[in-house]
Amino acid sequence: MKIECTLNGQRKTLDVSSTRRLLDILREDFHLTAVKEGCGEGECGACMVLMDGKAVNACLIPAGNLMGKEIVTPEGFKESPRGKIIEEALIEAGAVQCGFCTPGFVMAIESLLNEHPHPTEENIREGLSGNLCRCTGYQMIFKSVRLAEEKGAGLW
Amino acid sequence: MKMSISKSINRTDAKGKIWGETPYLGDIAFDNPLYVKTVRSNQSHARISAIHIPTLPEGYWVIDKSHIPGKNYMKTVVSDHPILAEDEVLYIGQPILLVAGPDREKVYGLSKEIRIDYEPLPAVYTLEESEKQGMVFTDYTLSKGNPVEAFSQAEKILQDEYSTGLQEHVYLEPQGMAAEFKEDTVFVYGSMQCPFYVEEALTEALNMPADKIRVIQTTTGGAFGGKEEFPSLIACHVAIATCVTGHPVILIYDRDEDILSTTKRHPSLVRYKVGLDKNNTLTVLDIDILYNAGAYAGISPVVLQRGIFSSTNVYNFQHIRVRGRNFRTHTVPSGAFRGFGAPQSIFAMEMLMHNIAISLGLEPIDFKMKHCLKQGDTSCTGGKIHDKIILPELLERALTLSEYRKKIQTHKPFTGIGLSLFLHGCGFTGNGEQTIRGKIILQKKGKDVLIKVSSVEMGQGADTILRKIVAHTLELPIHHVQCEVRDTGLIPDSGPTVASRTVMIVGGLLQKAAEEMKSRWDTEENLEISKVYHHPDFLVWDNDTFTGNAYPTYSWGVNVAEVAIDPISYAIQVKKITAVYDVGRAIDERTLRGQMEGGIVQGMGWATIEVMHADEGTLVQRTLTDYKIPTSTDIPDIVCDFIENPYEFGPFGAKCAGELPFTGPAPAIAAAVSNALGIPIKELPITPEKLLEMKNDED
Repeated sequence: MKIECTLNGQRKTLDVSSTRRLLDILREDFHLTAVKEGCGEGECGACMVLMDGKAVNACLIPAGNLMGKEIVTPEGFKESPRGKIIEEALIEAGAVQCGFCTPGFVMAIESLLNEHPHPTEENIREGLSGNLCRCTGYQMIFKSVRLAEEKGAGLW
Repeated sequence: MKMSISKSINRTDAKGKIWGETPYLGDIAFDNPLYVKTVRSNQSHARISAIHIPTLPEGYWVIDKSHIPGKNYMKTVVSDHPILAEDEVLYIGQPILLVAGPDREKVYGLSKEIRIDYEPLPAVYTLEESEKQGMVFTDYTLSKGNPVEAFSQAEKILQDEYSTGLQEHVYLEPQGMAAEFKEDTVFVYGSMQCPFYVEEALTEALNMPADKIRVIQTTTGGAFGGKEEFPSLIACHVAIATCVTGHPVILIYDRDEDILSTTKRHPSLVRYKVGLDKNNTLTVLDIDILYNAGAYAGISPVVLQRGIFSSTNVYNFQHIRVRGRNFRTHTVPSGAFRGFGAPQSIFAMEMLMHNIAISLGLEPIDFKMKHCLKQGDTSCTGGKIHDKIILPELLERALTLSEYRKKIQTHKPFTGIGLSLFLHGCGFTGNGEQTIRGKIILQKKGKDVLIKVSSVEMGQGADTILRKIVAHTLELPIHHVQCEVRDTGLIPDSGPTVASRTVMIVGGLLQKAAEEMKSRWDTEENLEISKVYHHPDFLVWDNDTFTGNAYPTYSWGVNVAEVAIDPISYAIQVKKITAVYDVGRAIDERTLRGQMEGGIVQGMGWATIEVMHADEGTLVQRTLTDYKIPTSTDIPDIVCDFIENPYEFGPFGAKCAGELPFTGPAPAIAAAVSNALGIPIKELPITPEKLLEMKNDED
């Protein structure tokens, strides 16, 4: 079927089976490999992208749900002012180790700060609970959210 | 004045990873690759009587044991795991066949159409049953002093037993390998800790010389020991597949396949018989350690060695007998996992000490400290502890930071506080470092320096840290120092990336090479310096009797855990962990802290929510929906501190760090739960169900 949607700011017409996973469309058809497959069942968040501004797991979204949607992957977010702030914050906090989960966390942090520009600790823990990290123990990722909040004051 | 080496710098690999620009194996485009799927045993123990293969479309292959050009085993410590099953299978998930072809869906479909007939054979699933049947792989004993006589003089003799469960690594990037032929050389790419382990396995499987094999590590998305020996198996799979088909091939596990078939942490059972004198001092211990190695022995003998040599933890006992045995069961093989057998035996020892103290009405800290090792004492293998031990300072700092003494007096019902002391032997066990003799090369070209080592970056920060050691020594900006790609055709064998040895051993060699390079910097435009590891002369080790210095030195830690337990559900919430460590000196404070925090959370998972068990050989937890690792909502507040105690033979005084933090949380949390509920904890993971059962039994 033909599906009209926006991908990283560009209008696209996808000609795909309605059950094809968004994850496979992004990785295989568009080579957007910042979107990682860690589990394929919506548990790890490594394939997180923004759909109409909300973080979703691309492995759980069938193509049929994409009609009229606006999809942003880490590649499409990278050059934005908020993207640069999150990048700086992650580096400064020491929040990157093996890195496989990191692009997904970028999406989760963007979504979290969109919803809560000044998040409580509870907001941060809840907002990142859909992303697994096995390396850092999360503390430095929490810190990166605080740093992004400070450095990007007014951007969210 | 030069900046302290410990001052944190930004990781050199962060930016590329943040934006997903750094390619992991699955992100690399190969030229018309074939996809490979593994066909596995669905039987715990059976003889294969027939294999029915459907008609294959053009361009599709089924590969079996007969296609293996060399020997049909994966080379490791005990090379007993067939690359593809012979006539017998020993666990559910064991690889039997490979299906390869250009369309991934079709390959998956074909792999499901293959039918295998089995004649079931008797299977053994538990340690206890395996012990009863005498299915022992390895049986080691060490002793110190005169335990027999000491028991005869003991005032009081106690017996106890402790156990721990399976744990899955859950590196976020699943296992994967790819292979291709270029001219007469096989290139194998993948996520791994030990490029030369893989190369060695391939020489045997392919019956090819090492110079016709190139193993290239791709960006590795977490490993934790899970990518120590296991990648050799799938490297053999893809290499054989590329030999048979003549095409580039790629094999990446789905998460459920990864959970089903890759190695896990050894389940353990530790039994004690101990003697105390009239002053309530432990004078003699008989420790019986049993590890469940699963279906094949593999790397388990060395895991067991570390388990045995760490079994007396931070304590000095005069009379000891330690027996350690690995047992076979018809379950997925156990393997390397952060801590490598030590967390199990140390958990048991810490809880033994805790529970004895409580039963004697003593404060556990006082009872533990009375038995602590001091500089000049000997370890359980009789090796003299040469270095300064600052455990009392670590303890005092942890008690102050956590306000332990106040909290243990005033804690409310269903809340508790507990403490653990622990150590980690740095580098390889026994004569490992002397045998492997790690080699490094440092090259100067003009103003730039290239590090050539086989020690990999797998998330822990090795690239940044090794570059920092060299750059700091040469007083160069870090961007002038690079690491060579881990390609066995381009690098020397500095040893595997295991045993928390990368900074202390490999970093130490690089520091020496950089010092020499510095003295020749101005006079030589191009320069190559290589160094080979030499063990300090005063260290002795006899591998036949297990006597001497099992490790060159130790890193140390103290953890205080605070827990709250739901009075209805008995759900455990770990509220806070306070951790103080002696790792010599930090090479980079923030990177080190990252290792510690990550290790604490992984250790907490093992102790609490990471429940994994097999029902008659079938894992009950098959996905990340069933097998829970800690998320951002589960983790405690972490306070982490260090006290410097520079080690003479480590770079800038650094010792080992990566595995140490894993060990502390389990016994500290168990002590805290015990403190909250007034029941002794002897088993991991500590689940609400088990606590309820224990409380019910009590009532």
